[in-house]
Amino acid sequence: MLDKNGIAKRIAKEVRDGYYVNLGIGIPTLVANFVREDISVEFQSENGVLGMGPFPFEGEEDADIINAGKQTITTLPGASFFDSATSFSMIRGQHVDLTILGAMEVAENGDIANWKIPGKMVKGMGGAMDLVASAENIIVAMMHTNRAGESKLLKKCSLPLTGVGCVKKIVTNLAVLAVTPKGFQLLERAPGVSVAEIEQATEGTLLIDGEIPEMVL
Amino acid sequence: MFKNRKLVEWVIPIFSKQNTMIRKTVSNVNEALKGVQDGMTFMLGGFGLCGIPENAIAELVSLGIKDIICISNNAGVDDFGLGLLLQKHQIKKMISSYVGENDEFERQMLSGELEVELTPQGTLAEKCRAAQGGFPAFYTPAGYGTEVAEGKETREFNGKMYVLEEAYKADFSFVKAWKGDEAGNLVFKGTARNFNPCMCGAAKITVAEVEELLPVGALDPNDIHIPGIFVQRIFQGTHYEKRIEQRTVRSRS
Repeated sequence: MLDKNGIAKRIAKEVRDGYYVNLGIGIPTLVANFVREDISVEFQSENGVLGMGPFPFEGEEDADIINAGKQTITTLPGASFFDSATSFSMIRGQHVDLTILGAMEVAENGDIANWKIPGKMVKGMGGAMDLVASAENIIVAMMHTNRAGESKLLKKCSLPLTGVGCVKKIVTNLAVLAVTPKGFQLLERAPGVSVAEIEQATEGTLLIDGEIPEMVL
Repeated sequence: MFKNRKLVEWVIPIFSKQNTMIRKTVSNVNEALKGVQDGMTFMLGGFGLCGIPENAIAELVSLGIKDIICISNNAGVDDFGLGLLLQKHQIKKMISSYVGENDEFERQMLSGELEVELTPQGTLAEKCRAAQGGFPAFYTPAGYGTEVAEGKETREFNGKMYVLEEAYKADFSFVKAWKGDEAGNLVFKGTARNFNPCMCGAAKITVAEVEELLPVGALDPNDIHIPGIFVQRIFQGTHYEKRIEQRTVRSRS
């Protein structure tokens, strides 16, 4: 089974040379720590920066330079700042190659819910609805089950949707799955996790073709 | 060589007069906010606490005006930013994309004291930019198939579904820039730029507060992010706190 860093490490392997990547808050942010250093990649943060670098050294924080998680960051040589409308032109206009975000629920048709639990938590969608509606290449990073042990990979989302039919790939602590017209296609198992355990933790239709390889991290 | 000069002057009238720039400067925040009233709709720049118009917010608190509708990506934190207006129950309705950092906000929303309209972030930015640029509405794919699209016109373009979103209508825009000049030209710094440029010229009156107010001519025209035509009033801001919400650092070792 993977921890959060393990999920991030596996997703980092999906990042290709020349990609502009938008990382969501939480596990997706960790992905930046594991991307190969021999490829060219630029991280976009929707509050208005392209070419995001690591956190600043202590004492060098600048209140005017933050990411979408409101964390202090640095920029790399060649970075740029821009306004929010321009930022979402990059996203809506499909100039960003890969979007990695978290989710509360994903349905087997690619629907995603991650912004609201009616009556309990209403924090808002931030940029998530814009991202999922426009990105061609969306990977969801999440735990396979919620704190109550219930599957987050469902036949149908029970929470208010963030977007419809948009998720293509999911990386969880248990598995890598693709969203296909017939359901969740199991692609890889996390180290030490059996197919049976993944089946047990997946409420939606799970397609298992032949031997399922273990992830290489 | 000069034989044709008369002809050229006749064809291309020579622009030889020099007018002075239109001055937008007001002396302080109090003068800058003249005309704000109960029930008005305000746009406020900023992302989280980054790039918020701290002086304008403080003045709105001290003026005590009520029933405000705020268009702002976030709602501040409990004791800073728009949280200060929430504490005094001055806000009737918030139009935002993310309001997660504010307990008082959540309490007022769940108890029904505060109306909240949650809007996808890119849509919020574009609804400001549309107002600035004279577009009544635009189509976006964001929110299609979700509760955000309920009651809104949808339409298919090239096999994909879009939602019709209307430009905002606001009375005042309050923005914060790094530098500005007396003609109202603005330069922003880092990610403090965010929604500020989109909100300039998107309301009936745009009020810009700046960390550094410069004389006309001090800014290179090549460097200006927002031309002064979008700004009606500009003033030198004071006492910027610039709070950091999430201080994240790495060790030097």
